[in-house]
Amino acid sequence: MAHGPAKGISRWLFTTNHKDIGTLYLWFSFLMFLLGGFFAMVVRAELFQPGMQLIKPEFFNQMTTMHGLVMVFGAIMPAFVGLANWMIPMMIGAPDMALPRMNNLSFWILPFAFAILVATLFMEGGGPNFGWTFYAPLSTTYAPDTVNYFIFAVHIMGASSIMGSINIIATIMNMRAPGMTYMKMPLFVWTWLITAFLLVAVMPVLAGAVTMMLMDINFGTSFFNAAGGGDPVLFQHVFWFFGHPEVYIIILPAFGVVSQIIPTFSRKPLFGYSSMVYATAAIAFLSFVVWAHHMFTVGMPIAGELYFMYATMLIAVPTGVKVFNWITTMYRGALTFETPMLFSIAFVILFTFGGFTGLMLSVAAADIQYHDTYFVVAHFHYVMVAGAVFSGTAAVYYWLPKWCGKMYNETMGKIQFWIAFIAFNITFMPQHFLGLAGMPRRYADYGLQFADWNMVSSIGAFMYGGAQLLFLFNVVRTITHGQPVSDAKVWEGADGLEWLVATPAPYHTFIKPPVISAGVEGPEWRVDAPAPAMAFKTAPEAG
Amino acid sequence: MSKRARALFCSPLTTAILTAAAGGVSASTDGGMGNLNMVRGVTEVSQVAYDVHMLMMWICTVIGVVVFGFMFYVMYAHRKSRGVEAANFHEHLGVEIAWTVVPALILIFMAIPATSALLKVYDTDNADIDIKVTGYQWKWQYEYLGEGVKYMSELRTSLDEVYGREPKGEHYLREVTEPLVIPVNKKVRFLITGNDVIHSWWVPDFGVKRDAVPGLFTAAWARVNTPGMYVGECTELCGIGHAFMPVVVEVKSEEDYSVWLADKKEQAAVYASTVGKQWSPQELIEKGQQVYMRSCAGCHQPDGNGIAGVFPAVNGSAIVNGPIDGHIGILINGVAGSAMQSFADQLSEVDLAAVIHYKRNAWDNAVGDVVQPIDILNFKNAQ
Repeated sequence: MAHGPAKGISRWLFTTNHKDIGTLYLWFSFLMFLLGGFFAMVVRAELFQPGMQLIKPEFFNQMTTMHGLVMVFGAIMPAFVGLANWMIPMMIGAPDMALPRMNNLSFWILPFAFAILVATLFMEGGGPNFGWTFYAPLSTTYAPDTVNYFIFAVHIMGASSIMGSINIIATIMNMRAPGMTYMKMPLFVWTWLITAFLLVAVMPVLAGAVTMMLMDINFGTSFFNAAGGGDPVLFQHVFWFFGHPEVYIIILPAFGVVSQIIPTFSRKPLFGYSSMVYATAAIAFLSFVVWAHHMFTVGMPIAGELYFMYATMLIAVPTGVKVFNWITTMYRGALTFETPMLFSIAFVILFTFGGFTGLMLSVAAADIQYHDTYFVVAHFHYVMVAGAVFSGTAAVYYWLPKWCGKMYNETMGKIQFWIAFIAFNITFMPQHFLGLAGMPRRYADYGLQFADWNMVSSIGAFMYGGAQLLFLFNVVRTITHGQPVSDAKVWEGADGLEWLVATPAPYHTFIKPPVISAGVEGPEWRVDAPAPAMAFKTAPEAG
Repeated sequence: MSKRARALFCSPLTTAILTAAAGGVSASTDGGMGNLNMVRGVTEVSQVAYDVHMLMMWICTVIGVVVFGFMFYVMYAHRKSRGVEAANFHEHLGVEIAWTVVPALILIFMAIPATSALLKVYDTDNADIDIKVTGYQWKWQYEYLGEGVKYMSELRTSLDEVYGREPKGEHYLREVTEPLVIPVNKKVRFLITGNDVIHSWWVPDFGVKRDAVPGLFTAAWARVNTPGMYVGECTELCGIGHAFMPVVVEVKSEEDYSVWLADKKEQAAVYASTVGKQWSPQELIEKGQQVYMRSCAGCHQPDGNGIAGVFPAVNGSAIVNGPIDGHIGILINGVAGSAMQSFADQLSEVDLAAVIHYKRNAWDNAVGDVVQPIDILNFKNAQ
């Protein structure tokens, strides 16, 4: 194997380098983010006014479904896998991921999965039209034939996620540099380790759900068909046993990112490192035992409702611990507000707001009024967009100089932040009002009493969409015309192994492991000479 | 006018945009800028739901003000540009225990009203009236158990209003052919189920939202103290007509309710007697077209051409243009494993005869035979 990257397209097709694969994941997820965003723009354009103006209800349902599927499985999840690929080896002092060939495979099956999924839009019968939660029997007996393509695509995505997670677990468990004990790992690594276990646990459950659908549709079984002795509610239990941990799969790595960025720009270590680790583990555990709070209106026995209500409320405790930790980290720091910090602070505020509405939703008697309305849509966009997407954006700005050795345009970054922040709230704050006033979600059309706030929400959505194009422009411009940076430590307050390797990060890092020792104030990192950039030249060639 | 004024107060900019852009829509009606909160409603259940909602909101608001207030103070006071030096402290056992225990105590405090509210929701015993609510794609059926009264309630708003060919009426998407009627001050129990896919029957003013799941009956209840019209929605995605199957409930005084129920029973008897009547082709076409637009056009489309790959065309279809028994059979029995449901219980013999006759003689179809209600009845009896 060559020391540097291969030339041409084969570099990307056959690469086993964690940085290249990370880059592929990140670009792919951004492409999917734009596609899913485009679907959302179609939805918001149709909802701009009451009545059906642009599209038919049939296509509207396909748009809401595809928006959800593409954003969850195509944009947010791969974005964090991309960050994991880039950063975890560099954060734990490993030369690469533990299973590099599987790493290549787990990425390269993804574009096929989404090609299959998106292709259904052009087939007879159209794309999936049953919502991203695809409740049976709407997604089985009553679905278009293209549902089989959807099932196949979900299987491929699941396989990709499982392989990616196994790789992350194997890397973290086996490839840490000497002295990098578990309780010295950066929080981003910790959150990903826990996330990866969640993924390995629940992705097979999703695969089971879609396989049962496949059997019901094509082979005459009746898992979810009441007429054949099955139960549509079974589908919901199985789906949400996957679906609720999935929510935390999306948000835990975001917690990790923010826990890296806030200390950097506060110039102060994270307040409670170990309590953050325990809180993450507690959230992950609780995520397995609260799934039926998505089903409070399905008619469960009261004992079930009470249990799921209490268990759900409990999640507020470890989540609160996290929020308090971020704020006390900032307390008596020396704060600066570069773009990554702005996005991280917005994350803390808006995610906490989404947490408040989550707490309200946990109260079953009130949830009966909130359930399946725009209040829920607003709630989960506060945690998914202001949570996961803001933190992903923060991560890109934070590590981009390390990745490509060039500085992004700070002014443009800040402008993008303020447009995104304001537009986000214009889009989603009114959706709380719409939901409380009684507008159900997934409605192609609505009564006149919902007209004004829908129009406001749509205007905000178009602005938010525009902000993403500015983000794309800023990133591309940084790569092509950015101001070169060469300091290993790009940010004054940054701490961690990734800030010891050269900038831009060489193609191979830590072929010789770094030295980690227990310092007085937390772990201290040191790279023994020769510097890693040179190390790969002198080290024996690997595999 | 006060709502308009509030809207102006809330956001002059958006109101300006709205007036400029919305044209006829928000000029003639209130677009709802003032609708910000949940309704308190007219039943015990909706009121406890509202109260616990407000309690939670205020607790969250107070916590939010404290937490965000501290955060904004930090962002103001501890910025590097003010020349501060970063401290280096971390971890403090006391603080960490406090911010775990205090939220836990607040949660226990929240759980008490939350539990008692939920007990109210489940208090479905000792009902005065039982009504079976069945969700269909895309309409509701109401059956007064033990009274022999059963009917469909469907959207009355026309497709022309939906597609902007006519101005939208005041009750756009909030009007049905026939509302559910219940008396005041009686405990009404709703037994809710679904016929095809999952729907969800929601009346915000009653605090009743219950999924209508095929193969499962669940109970909810309401005792309404104020007569009036109450509008709700379907809240579980159920296909293309999801947004077009509102729930409307009319709450009448006890006397009015008794009169209404007696009328309904009489109507049912009269209607049954018309089954034997011979209908003229013209009468059948007229009635059939109404039935078609209401019950069939959602899938098969007003022009009978369906949606390729999803809903087959009836215009030019082999079944519609084939032997009459095949055509009747598909409406009576549906098609297993597809979206084509059985209409035997949804439509009367008269409606079935009319719509079958209409389909066989509309658009490019010209079978020319005449189907009478009695033929449908005979077909049913023969099965």
